[in-house]
Amino acid sequence: MALIYFRCIRMNRLFPHPSSPFTKKSSVLFCTLQASHAQVTTQVENLQNQSKQKEKLIQTATKKTLEHHKHGYEAIIGIETHVQLYTLTKAFCSCPYLYGSRPNTTICPICMGLPGTLPVLNSKVVEFAVKLGLALNCELSMNSKFDRKQYFYPDLPKGYQISQFDVPIATKGFIDLDLPVEFGGGHRRFGITRIHMEEDAGKLLHSEAGSYSQVDLNRAGVPLLEIVSEPDMRSGLEAAEYAAELQRLVRYLGVSNGNMQEGSLRCDVNISVRPIGQSQFGTKVEIKNMNSFSAMNRAIDYEISRQVLLHSEGQNDQIVQETRLWDEAAQKTFTMRKKEGLADYRYFPEPDLPEVVLTKGFVDEIRQSLPELPEAKRRRYEKMGLSMQDVLFLANDNSVADFFDAAVENGAEEKLAANWIMGDIAAYLKNERLTIDEIKLTPKELSELIAFIKNGTISGKIGKEILFELISKGGTVKSLIEEKDLVQIVDPATIEALVDKVLAANPKQLQQYRGGKTKLQGFFAGQVMKESKGKANPMLLNKILTEKLNAGG
Amino acid sequence: MPSPIQNPRLLLSHRCLPLHFPPNPFPFPPNPCRLVHRSAAALSPQPAPTPASQNLAIAAPPSSEILSIRESLLSRRRTAAEIAAEYLDRLRRTEPQLRSFLHVSQTAMREAGEVDRLVESGAELGPLTGVLVAVKDNICTADMPSTGGSRILGSYRPAFDATAVRRLREAGAIIVGKTNLDEFGMGSTTEGSGFQVTTNPWDVSRVPGGSSGGSAAAVSARQCVVSLGSDTGGSVRQPASFCGVVGMKPTYGRVSRFGLMAYASSLDVIGCFGSSVVDTAILLSAISGHDRLDATSSKHEVSDYAPQLVSLDHLESKPLKGLRVGVIRETTGEGVDVGVMSSVQAAASHLEQLGSIVTEVSLPSFSLGLPAYYILASSEASSNLSRYDGVRYGYQAAADELSSLYGDSRANGFGPEVKMRILMGTYALSAGYYDAYYKRAQQVRTLVRKSFKDALDKNDILISPAAPSAAYKIGEKTNDPLAMYAGDIMTVNVNLAGLPALVVPCGFVEGGPAGLPVGLQMIGAAFHEEKLLRVGHIFEQTLQNYRFNPPLLAES
Repeated sequence: MALIYFRCIRMNRLFPHPSSPFTKKSSVLFCTLQASHAQVTTQVENLQNQSKQKEKLIQTATKKTLEHHKHGYEAIIGIETHVQLYTLTKAFCSCPYLYGSRPNTTICPICMGLPGTLPVLNSKVVEFAVKLGLALNCELSMNSKFDRKQYFYPDLPKGYQISQFDVPIATKGFIDLDLPVEFGGGHRRFGITRIHMEEDAGKLLHSEAGSYSQVDLNRAGVPLLEIVSEPDMRSGLEAAEYAAELQRLVRYLGVSNGNMQEGSLRCDVNISVRPIGQSQFGTKVEIKNMNSFSAMNRAIDYEISRQVLLHSEGQNDQIVQETRLWDEAAQKTFTMRKKEGLADYRYFPEPDLPEVVLTKGFVDEIRQSLPELPEAKRRRYEKMGLSMQDVLFLANDNSVADFFDAAVENGAEEKLAANWIMGDIAAYLKNERLTIDEIKLTPKELSELIAFIKNGTISGKIGKEILFELISKGGTVKSLIEEKDLVQIVDPATIEALVDKVLAANPKQLQQYRGGKTKLQGFFAGQVMKESKGKANPMLLNKILTEKLNAGG
Repeated sequence: MPSPIQNPRLLLSHRCLPLHFPPNPFPFPPNPCRLVHRSAAALSPQPAPTPASQNLAIAAPPSSEILSIRESLLSRRRTAAEIAAEYLDRLRRTEPQLRSFLHVSQTAMREAGEVDRLVESGAELGPLTGVLVAVKDNICTADMPSTGGSRILGSYRPAFDATAVRRLREAGAIIVGKTNLDEFGMGSTTEGSGFQVTTNPWDVSRVPGGSSGGSAAAVSARQCVVSLGSDTGGSVRQPASFCGVVGMKPTYGRVSRFGLMAYASSLDVIGCFGSSVVDTAILLSAISGHDRLDATSSKHEVSDYAPQLVSLDHLESKPLKGLRVGVIRETTGEGVDVGVMSSVQAAASHLEQLGSIVTEVSLPSFSLGLPAYYILASSEASSNLSRYDGVRYGYQAAADELSSLYGDSRANGFGPEVKMRILMGTYALSAGYYDAYYKRAQQVRTLVRKSFKDALDKNDILISPAAPSAAYKIGEKTNDPLAMYAGDIMTVNVNLAGLPALVVPCGFVEGGPAGLPVGLQMIGAAFHEEKLLRVGHIFEQTLQNYRFNPPLLAES
């Protein structure tokens, strides 16, 4: 019991907003304790009720996010993003990093920080930093250096993190993006303050009872790029789209898998709220622990509402500089730790590593090797005349865009190719949880398929059937059509014969039709199509059928 | 707030004035252009101040023990096992008085047996085959404990050999053991060891110097043939001077630091001790060179240093003809022991006798070096020692929560000198103080580099005493850290500039049963180790009155 009691206290300290699932459970445990503790329980529950009401208020307000401006407040949002680099080895030693490896299996004396070990920089880290710096339109520091950021924590084996402090490798850039059409669309440009290289720390695994923690150093020393934005975002949506565009960019560049669930892309968001017209920023609150873009969106809007509410109630002194975590289950943010003054990391230049000197040749080579970036791609698709919805969909994923481009290169009409990809292909990918690279359909066959439909060789309906065959089994459109005898019937005489046959077989319906029940035309068309095994050209079929139906008397 | 850069001269005088303050300690002319001339008789003009010079005055100059071992093995005159047994026997007999080893290898005899089998087989022998090398305990060895002289690593065994140790083994060396040091290299006497105090083979009531005191004492007493030390602010050169052996601090980056427990990364260098310049040179050749595990190690070409060092018979009458030698004026002033002064003066005359041109040279920023050094070294130390937190290895205090785990492990694991330097370094790097301390010290470092460069443009080598005094009594300075720090004045500037420096014994001062040795420091331009070794070798081979075999050796 004592242990449980201890645990409850700790939980409450960790989660001061007691409606988190942990504390709910804890308070039940409290009830089983002695009477003296029961009082505590009541207090906790009271507190719970109070804060529950408040949360409701905030959550209702969140739904009206867009109305914030009407309230006369604006939110200022800046984001620090950590991107784990997709290098074969860690930043300063030759250990690999594989997400999900058993704890402490990808470590060596260097990333464990054993006495006498020294870091040696993985040159890929610099290459990737330069790539991202160029892609984010930054100025590169031709001479930068590493610094030590010092603090004690069990997941930090050396007692300092190798990072870059006053001379980051890239500064003063920007990122362009288009907001989703369903949220009103619009183009945005957000400033990038800086990009710097650093190493990741390990992870603490807390025991279930909370009585001890274990250290896993697999992640220690994995290279990261930290990207700091200007405080240019004003809503959860803008912030989430900023993060999504960064993800797109790092994936396009091949510098990271950008996977938020695995922690390869982590966003810390700084939010403050101020009355419109005030030039001074409000008190800044940091939010962590959002592992999807939609969670970011919701967490930020929740936090904005919380702060606006406090402002509007005259309680803005209750907004304190702190780090809050997003609780996905409760759909709210809660205090993780209050910041007591500024942490002094005692940065100083890392004496174990020489300066990072970039040459013009190195930078130029990387610049020339950059792929077409999402923004350029979107503008190109826009010029093709595609709708913004199509543009955003296609440019979202580099391999989808490549597929589309290849199909168009093979002669497919842009709009039709886009429709096929966004429609049936995308649906299939979603259902089967596959990527476009994993299916057997090639861009060339898609363009063939489109051509065969366009020139009337096959009907759209047959086209669809063939498509699924191509996706799952592969092969060529041409051979499938031949193999299955799917060529559309465009010979009027053949169709006429089919129509005659159907009319002869359904005298009753024919009589009804001619008696005025013209709706039955659909029935006849269906029967003829069935008779043709779906191959009759629908337009011809309808033309001939109409003539025949109305001819008799 | 007082200026963070205090004049170390004040520190020096504060301690040394009452003891010895010669009215004119160094009679060099004030005009640096005027040469110091001595008659030919000056090769042995000074009456030796101690009896030490008398007993061995007729003996031959120091010869290479490494080459003699090699010759013995190749000619099958002696076996490696015999040689190892001789050293180990002496080690065992002298160790109770010296306490220079923290760990003695259990496998040395077996390894010597393997060497003999290798010799039998006629295989090619590495340059250090059968040579017993002692290694300072802040240099990692996979098969022996490596504590850095600290209780916090009391039971620590590294998973790997330092690159320098690996190269020694590849060259055929037998690692005889791990030598004592001031905890993590922080100290000048080896009294700061977490385990034991090493004594000086010339007088066991005195310190061997430090921090590489164990390595220096071990070579001096022939407990090993040669040894590795580390030099952050003089930790090879000052104990070499105190123990009367040759000590080499290579250029920063000449020897890989991988496996050296970092004290101050931008200053740390692994260095060599030998009883002759040739041995020191052979050892240096074996461990030098670029290492892909140390990004600060240099790709500068390594030459084989030893073959350049010809024997006395082949020397011409003026073997150093035309060599420009600068005596650093700032090292000859007040605060330097009068006996040390006259030894260095005699050494300068000796160099001149050998044909070199000796002038005085001024390094204006010299006095700033000491405070700058202590700020930079402490700052880096405060960071480098963060990893000793009791979480993954070493001493771990029993604690209920994280901050006491850290606090207690470090409070109980580190000694007082280390804690003081961590505090100083933490302070110097703190927000608001960084510019006044760390940054300013870096600026001083730039000045020091520049003034050395200017001096070395005009001179081939610079000379100075290796330390302001000879070895002092154990306990004499333990309560006066400033006096202790001031003793580093001769050496720290060289680390700030990253230059190579060689210390060779050059004379004696009174003290102890047989006098106390004095070392001459020779400083060269970056990567000019070869030149220093050549000059040092000629100096050593032609130095006629003095032999540096400590009384402890005669007893044993």
